[in-house]
Amino acid sequence: MTPEEEAELARRRKQRNYVLGGILIALAVLFYAITIVRMKI
Amino acid sequence: MAGAPISPAAAPALPLGGGAVLPEYGDWRDYLALTKPRVMLLVVYTALCGLIAAPVTVHPIIGFTAILCIAVAGGAAGAFNQWYEADVDARMKRTATRPLPSGTLTKQSAFGFAMVLAVSSVSLMALVVNIVAAAILLASILFYVLIYTVWLKRRTPQNIVIGGAAGAFPPMIGWAAATGDVTIMPLLMFGIIFLWTPPHFWALALFIESDYEKAGVPMLPVTHGLRETRKQQFIYTPLLVAASLAPWALGLADVLYGVAAAALGLIFAILSLQVYLNRTEEPTEMKPEKRLFAFSIVYLFALFGVLAADRVIFA
Repeated sequence: MTPEEEAELARRRKQRNYVLGGILIALAVLFYAITIVRMKI
Repeated sequence: MAGAPISPAAAPALPLGGGAVLPEYGDWRDYLALTKPRVMLLVVYTALCGLIAAPVTVHPIIGFTAILCIAVAGGAAGAFNQWYEADVDARMKRTATRPLPSGTLTKQSAFGFAMVLAVSSVSLMALVVNIVAAAILLASILFYVLIYTVWLKRRTPQNIVIGGAAGAFPPMIGWAAATGDVTIMPLLMFGIIFLWTPPHFWALALFIESDYEKAGVPMLPVTHGLRETRKQQFIYTPLLVAASLAPWALGLADVLYGVAAAALGLIFAILSLQVYLNRTEEPTEMKPEKRLFAFSIVYLFALFGVLAADRVIFA
């Protein structure tokens, strides 16, 4: 791979990791909220 | 976010030595494009209307979870569709820039992504909302993927008539998420979208006919010609208008909805009639078809919005 390709690959991987991390945090918050709601119902 | 964003259409397949590419490292936007976000918007909207129109109040968190599951399942169905249809998509101008035909994602990645979305959305719906909504959600994914994409789309010009049922499930799922059952009202909502699909899609197919022909998809304009397609879309219009008025006629919605449904139906019928009377074979001169296609989207958004509002106001 050329240095440009490696840089592009790293950029994509980094972005995907950020997006995946964001989704995991959002799901953790959602599951916490669901648990609280379920306990109240 | 570092670097300039790359749109799904423009995301380059990284060239390697010998002309190979690195599709397994597609941009996250490629995965988003797999879910057909614009279609998902309509799915979410109609599901939300079904949820709001239901005679049961749902906790906002549970309601949000139900809508999220429906959206994710819609994304899964879209991803399965693109996974199976990659060869057809590559032959059509409108779809050639999708992640699979453009080579920015592998088929394996797309299939794995679709499976994760499908399993997680149905499981979450079953665990958090109720089993009836989860069962209909699973049925809608299977219907769209197996009945429409795999079985009908490449075999019959009636593909979108039966396949349209897949897009009609969301309000029924939204309703079932709230009530845990399915009654006449969600069935009517299902029927409205089911009858709306043929004129909506055939209007589109009329002015992009050559593209479908090139891809070998037996859309009605390709197999039976433009005149027959115009006739067929017009046949569905009174059925659609009648179905849209049924909630009011059966006393399931009040006058606000009745008046709106009648007015919207009248406009739809006029535009549909203009398409029926149009004789041109030149896509650039198909203004009535383009008008009908554009209005059909507004029609469905407005009709379901008013229905939900009517049910809330006059509950």
